[in-house]
Amino acid sequence: MRKTFFILMLTTLVVSSCRKEEGIVPSTNTTVTEGEAGTIAGFFLLNEGNMGNNKASLDYFDYETGVYSKNIYAERNPGVVKELGDVGNDIQIYGSKLYAVINCSHLVEVMDVRTARHLAVVSIPNCRYITFDRGFAYVSSYAGPVQIDPNARLGYVAKVDTATFQIADSCVVGYQPEEMVICNNKLYVANSGGYRAPDYDNTVSVIDLNSFKEVKKITVGINLHRMELDRYGNIWASSRGDYYHARSKTYVIDTKTDLVTDALPLPGSNMTLSGDSLYMYGTEWSYSTGSHTVSYAIVNTQTRQVVSRNFITDGTDKEIEVPYGIAVHPGTKEILVTDAGDYVTPGTLYCFTPGGKKKWSVTAGDIPAHIVFTRQGLQN
Amino acid sequence: MYTGKYAGFWVKGVVSFAAVWFPAAAALFAQADVDTSKVYSLHEVVVVGQRPAAEIIPVQTLSGEALQRLSAHSVADALRYFSGVQLKDYGGVGGLKTVNIRSLGTNHVGVFYDGIAIGNAQNGQVDMGRFSLDNMEAVSLYNGQKSALLQPAHDYASASAIYMTMRRPAFGDGEKSHFRLTYKTGSFDALNPSALWEHKWSKHLSSSVNVEQLYTSGKYKFRYAKKDGYDTTEVRQNGDVTMWRAEAALFGTLQHGEWRAKAYYYRSERGYPGAAVREVPGKFKHADRQWDDNFFVQGSFRKSFSGVYSLLLNGKYAYDYLHYRSDPRLDVATMYVDNQYRQQEAYFSSAHEFAFFDSWKAALASDFRFNTLDADLQDFVSPNRYLLLTSAATSLHFSAFHVQASVLHTYVHDITRVLNAAAGDKSAFTPALAASYQLGSDWHFRAFYKRIFRLPTFNDLYYTFIGNKSLQPEYTTQYNIGVTYAHSFGNALLRRLDVQLDAYYNEVENKIVAIPADNQFRWTMINLGYVEVRGVDATVHGWWQAAGVQFDTRLAYTCQRAQDFTSPGSDWYGGQIPYIPWHSGSAVVGGSYRGWRLHYSFIYTGERYESTANIPENYALPWYTHDMAVTRTFQLGAARLQLTAEINNLLNQAYEVVQCYPMPGRNYKLIIKVEL
Repeated sequence: MRKTFFILMLTTLVVSSCRKEEGIVPSTNTTVTEGEAGTIAGFFLLNEGNMGNNKASLDYFDYETGVYSKNIYAERNPGVVKELGDVGNDIQIYGSKLYAVINCSHLVEVMDVRTARHLAVVSIPNCRYITFDRGFAYVSSYAGPVQIDPNARLGYVAKVDTATFQIADSCVVGYQPEEMVICNNKLYVANSGGYRAPDYDNTVSVIDLNSFKEVKKITVGINLHRMELDRYGNIWASSRGDYYHARSKTYVIDTKTDLVTDALPLPGSNMTLSGDSLYMYGTEWSYSTGSHTVSYAIVNTQTRQVVSRNFITDGTDKEIEVPYGIAVHPGTKEILVTDAGDYVTPGTLYCFTPGGKKKWSVTAGDIPAHIVFTRQGLQN
Repeated sequence: MYTGKYAGFWVKGVVSFAAVWFPAAAALFAQADVDTSKVYSLHEVVVVGQRPAAEIIPVQTLSGEALQRLSAHSVADALRYFSGVQLKDYGGVGGLKTVNIRSLGTNHVGVFYDGIAIGNAQNGQVDMGRFSLDNMEAVSLYNGQKSALLQPAHDYASASAIYMTMRRPAFGDGEKSHFRLTYKTGSFDALNPSALWEHKWSKHLSSSVNVEQLYTSGKYKFRYAKKDGYDTTEVRQNGDVTMWRAEAALFGTLQHGEWRAKAYYYRSERGYPGAAVREVPGKFKHADRQWDDNFFVQGSFRKSFSGVYSLLLNGKYAYDYLHYRSDPRLDVATMYVDNQYRQQEAYFSSAHEFAFFDSWKAALASDFRFNTLDADLQDFVSPNRYLLLTSAATSLHFSAFHVQASVLHTYVHDITRVLNAAAGDKSAFTPALAASYQLGSDWHFRAFYKRIFRLPTFNDLYYTFIGNKSLQPEYTTQYNIGVTYAHSFGNALLRRLDVQLDAYYNEVENKIVAIPADNQFRWTMINLGYVEVRGVDATVHGWWQAAGVQFDTRLAYTCQRAQDFTSPGSDWYGGQIPYIPWHSGSAVVGGSYRGWRLHYSFIYTGERYESTANIPENYALPWYTHDMAVTRTFQLGAARLQLTAEINNLLNQAYEVVQCYPMPGRNYKLIIKVEL
């Protein structure tokens, strides 16, 4: 009797002990449009993935074939432990390298832009955005030195040597710095103070790139986030407001005088510049209607006039739940807009003609957000 | 506006208050409906495994030895052996463990300790990992509600319920005192001593005092590996827990009644190991910590008068303190957060039962609960909640038929420190109906219907930036049909067999979900979701005996299709909801031979997805664990010594229950228990 009992138990053990190995999720290819040749070979799209889920992922669209490849990083880098990481916050190309800022993994992933294969990581805690100048990468980070009051912790900008991937220097700025632009050998960084509500930061720090020291702070507006530099030397900076009374706004800073010269009542959740056209959208949540109010706009940066109140002209904007990422093809002026949806299931990428008609759309990863165009193409 | 709300509260309040404070008035009210009476005496029935057939509503119980033998650290681990249950486990001794019953969601599970609800007005979730099995007599799970009539209105107020019953002292002839010392140690640097003292003061009064301490470093190896890819083994850090628990209880008996009173204190400090996401190895370490203090006193009084009328009074006061700190001085990657939350709860319930005939009984109950939450959050409105629950129930019993119907009225009124920040009052009636039919002595057929809601929690309504005060309650509707079979076979190899099989269909409407407001860091709560759940639960329990070996087997199986039908246009419409496997089950085999006992248990959770988007990126492999234990009992004079050695996750399977929260691999435990 006892024998049978043990044999039974052993059998259960053996039978149930063979579990298949977990495989790397392969990329999926979708032909979304007809191919067309041009100077822009394609673009990379970085999906943020929800915080704590380690689901940042990388997609690639090839203009020549019209094929959208979803989730290409993992299969190209099977040896990288836990794939791309947690919350992809920015992606840029500099030289032959592709840089992805992975916020909650506290690192910048450096890849070969032609293969998307891993080259190096730069460890920067709570890193947010990246920009480049003369061989150096500049990365904004929330995690500056901790003072006596741990709650009043300034952020910093790290200066990274793009030849060695070593941190060359760092400069303390305002609270929770976000996007940056470089103009006249000066780096401008938007300080948000998002962790200090209701005492938001309202400044832009100006760093002299020779000394890598903060030379001044420009008072702009509360809770700053986005920055675009136009060809007239003006920075377009967005203020997220306080989500209660102070509405989101867009400010113009003249880099010659470092003064605020304009404040437009346009909500700027995200913006991108193409020529003299600043494409922007704002999402505002309303408790009374229980829905998002989304507004789109194109502003002419020369005249500072709103050219269009909606660059999506065929009604597709009604399908977009939460616009999250925006980019404009430098050559064809086609507009790319991502929809983050409910944030917990895959989002959608829309491509619109310059006239605002939907050309194609495709399912991306979770929270599709950051787009960078490449002229170099992606090899297998 | 403000005073208007107050007035409304008091008008509605009076009706329920009358029933609470003047049982006689409530009795008169009931007498107006019915005028016959009949003797019925009451006992708290701790339902044990052998008696499922008697229950009109599906119930599963683990009690006594069967409960203690499970390789379980806490009540949470024991709940995994029930069918229809998904435990959300963040791993390790200190990791949050919540239960989801039949995919209705954690907030729909009522948790009762010694008959009185344990609440968490702040987030509506109870961490089942906090409840030690050291002094637990029974853990039961009811779908719908407990089918007893004499019970507080609170017992009708959730979609399903877990009842934890503390061990009640029982003395043999001439016995005055029991002592028990237990020492557990093993993997994760765990040290877990506890002591129990039970004393009989008189024929009518006994007491129980139980203290326990637990320390664990929470360190364990975990592995992430991909086929033809990376393979890494790391050690979980900052998962340490230090916990103290003390409980004291008095048990009294009266003529046709009983009373009990208890005080409970729990204090802990723990680290949060955090999500295991990609990081530069060894560069940053999580250092955020949480401190908890939980204290409550509660009392219960039950008496039957003249056989017709029975009274049950319950009361409770609870204080809960939570302190969370994330400090960039300890972990450079984190932002500074330092918040303290204080909750208080006062609760009083009176329940009345009238036994008109053996075949016809009715009951009325009225509960009043008051909750407060204070927090040092920016712009926090510090809500207070007044909750009045009134229930009426009746049961009819004709030969083989048994029917029970109940209706619950819920009235809730919130006030906040900040003007106009409170959610509106809510008032609703919700019904439940259950019936069973007995065929022969072995077969029972049963069915139930229940509609109930859960209130939005304080966090849902008032959490700074996230809360939405216009939230409505989240409703569930349950339909269940089932059959039970129970038979004793005399002297055969199989001595007794109990089988339960239930099929169900559930709907969750107005599901409260978090959605992004403006960006990744700003979310809000809305009533959006709609979920349909179709499932089958089965349990088979057998007792066997042959050639001096006794053993019992317990099998549980659940099959569920839980689909999200929130957005008709979505690509993921109809997707299986996150973390719900299509198939799951458990098997437990325990055998004893002379002074030896061998115990084996197996838990299986089938494939599932981590998101409603059922795509390869979100796929989670099935996992299963094998646990084994051997126990030897010695009699040393008057003392009984018990030694147990356990090996858990025998095959060292690397698995996650929650994405990015790895579970421990193979681990060991040694238990020494002395009873006097």
